[in-house]
Amino acid sequence: MATAVRGRGDVPLMDRAIGRWIRVYIPILVLLFITLFPFYWMVVTTFKSPSELFDFNQSPLFVRQPTLEHWKELFLHTNFPRWTLNTTIVAIASTAISLFCSILAGYSLARLRYRGAGAMGWGIFVTYLVPPTLLFLPLTFVIRSLHLFNNLLSLILTYPTFLIPFCTWLLIGYFKSIPRELEESAMVDGATRLQAMTRVVIPLALPGILSAGMFAFTLSWNEFLYALIFLNDSVAKTIPVGVTQEFIHGDDFFWGQLMAGALMGSVPVALLYSFFVDQFVSGLTAGAVKG
Amino acid sequence: MAILTERASPGIRPRRPYQRLLNSEQGLGYLLLVPTVLILVVFLAYPFVFGLWLSLSSAELTDAGRFIGLGNFKFEFTIDRPFIQALTNTFLYTGVTTVFKLSLGMGMALLLNQSFPFQRFVRAAALLPWIIPTVLSTLAWKWMFDPTFSVVNWAAVHLHLVSYPGPNWFGSTTTALAALMIVNTWRGFPFFGVSILAGLQTIPVDLYEAARVDGASRWNQFTHITLPMLRPVLLVVLLLSTILTFADFQVPFVLTNGAPFNSTHVLATWAYQWGVPGGAIGLGAAISLVLFPLLAILVAATLVAVRRPD
Repeated sequence: MATAVRGRGDVPLMDRAIGRWIRVYIPILVLLFITLFPFYWMVVTTFKSPSELFDFNQSPLFVRQPTLEHWKELFLHTNFPRWTLNTTIVAIASTAISLFCSILAGYSLARLRYRGAGAMGWGIFVTYLVPPTLLFLPLTFVIRSLHLFNNLLSLILTYPTFLIPFCTWLLIGYFKSIPRELEESAMVDGATRLQAMTRVVIPLALPGILSAGMFAFTLSWNEFLYALIFLNDSVAKTIPVGVTQEFIHGDDFFWGQLMAGALMGSVPVALLYSFFVDQFVSGLTAGAVKG
Repeated sequence: MAILTERASPGIRPRRPYQRLLNSEQGLGYLLLVPTVLILVVFLAYPFVFGLWLSLSSAELTDAGRFIGLGNFKFEFTIDRPFIQALTNTFLYTGVTTVFKLSLGMGMALLLNQSFPFQRFVRAAALLPWIIPTVLSTLAWKWMFDPTFSVVNWAAVHLHLVSYPGPNWFGSTTTALAALMIVNTWRGFPFFGVSILAGLQTIPVDLYEAARVDGASRWNQFTHITLPMLRPVLLVVLLLSTILTFADFQVPFVLTNGAPFNSTHVLATWAYQWGVPGGAIGLGAAISLVLFPLLAILVAATLVAVRRPD
């Protein structure tokens, strides 16, 4: 009798464990497999010799004789290091410009009451929804008349068009969450409005500014279309354009180099996010959830 | 002057013109917007208006062209065969991937909303496809769909899902479009996932408890509590994703660039094809403007959807 009772108690427990595997753990493993396999494939590819790359008689999922030749080639005999420098310069400069503009604009739209503030806010939001696809052809004329072809300034000046609206929208939300009284009491104590903004509101909004900056950095690091069109000199290119353009000759794809370049181009943003995934998620959804 | 003001009253702010500007909400408000407006006008509003003119002109790379009315649009809709295909592809691509991204994202959110070990790691790993540069991950997929050395086909053959050698992904229009949709879905569903997850976490738990007391099944709880509460998030995410997919350039450009035989172009890549390598900027501008009416509707819908209650 006693054993029967214990038996009855054990089975549901086992069932629960199995049920958890079926409902939670296995689906999570499947999800991770789907999202991560392409990266695994990139890594494996970079360590294969050319003959092994095209040998599918044995399992292609593992490397039999690892080689570093693609990595050496990438860093020593291509312009990849230069593209990394270019991409970094562009990302940092356009992020700085965008943060500067959107902190000012965000503060203005979130805090100050004046005629047309609401309309301006919506106007900036609409520009966020205008895709570069609609603008890239006329922009080539603008860039040419400014003599900026093959010049990183062409990207540093155009990326803010999609970074500023995004950051401004994000920062408006942060500025609004800071109590107005803090600022008002600073002004009662004799601070001007500008001082109240730079010494009270901006320091308190630093987490928001940090995530806006992170977004802006990533978006400009990843941008492709403008960089593809405005930069033609090999030494002027950014990583996404350089890797997709220069490691393919006619029908010859240098997969080892291509994947090594693709991985290296992904590492900075991937690292950034592995440290800040929580801020990222809350920033990403701030607009959508608070609605 | 300065001495006078200082002596007059140390407590009251000095009244120089520029300081009056900085202290009035109206003046400062406009002033702070100047840098933003300047950049957006020069590099966004002006190119947009200029693009409208270009679409009505015979402009080429090196010459401004002349006014030709609706000639570009007429050429596209009546003569340029790949354009019609690109137009249908764009709708198909957006429609199909949005359905998959929404359902996979919903599944991902419901899954990640439960408690399990390594939550942070799992969330970061699941988000990776959406974070890293699209063209670079698309390159990995291009290699995975390689005509002769496709690891996808290798796996499918070894699991006896298809017979050797498996589909030649970029060899036919159907499979090439399918490949485009797979890559776009893979890249896009994590965004749906984390946004919906954030929405899920704002739903009060007592709603579910009350429903359970009333004897509602899991499915009923989902349709009567979860879905209605998620509506605002779903709407915004759907609209944003539709806009981005509709104007997508990166995945189609890198993965197929129209192959085979210009049959898998979307409007963005076809506009590029005419405008940049083809040099017909006016024609290219006209093609990308075909996106505009639908985008305008979507943007208007987004504006209504995100309207903040204040």
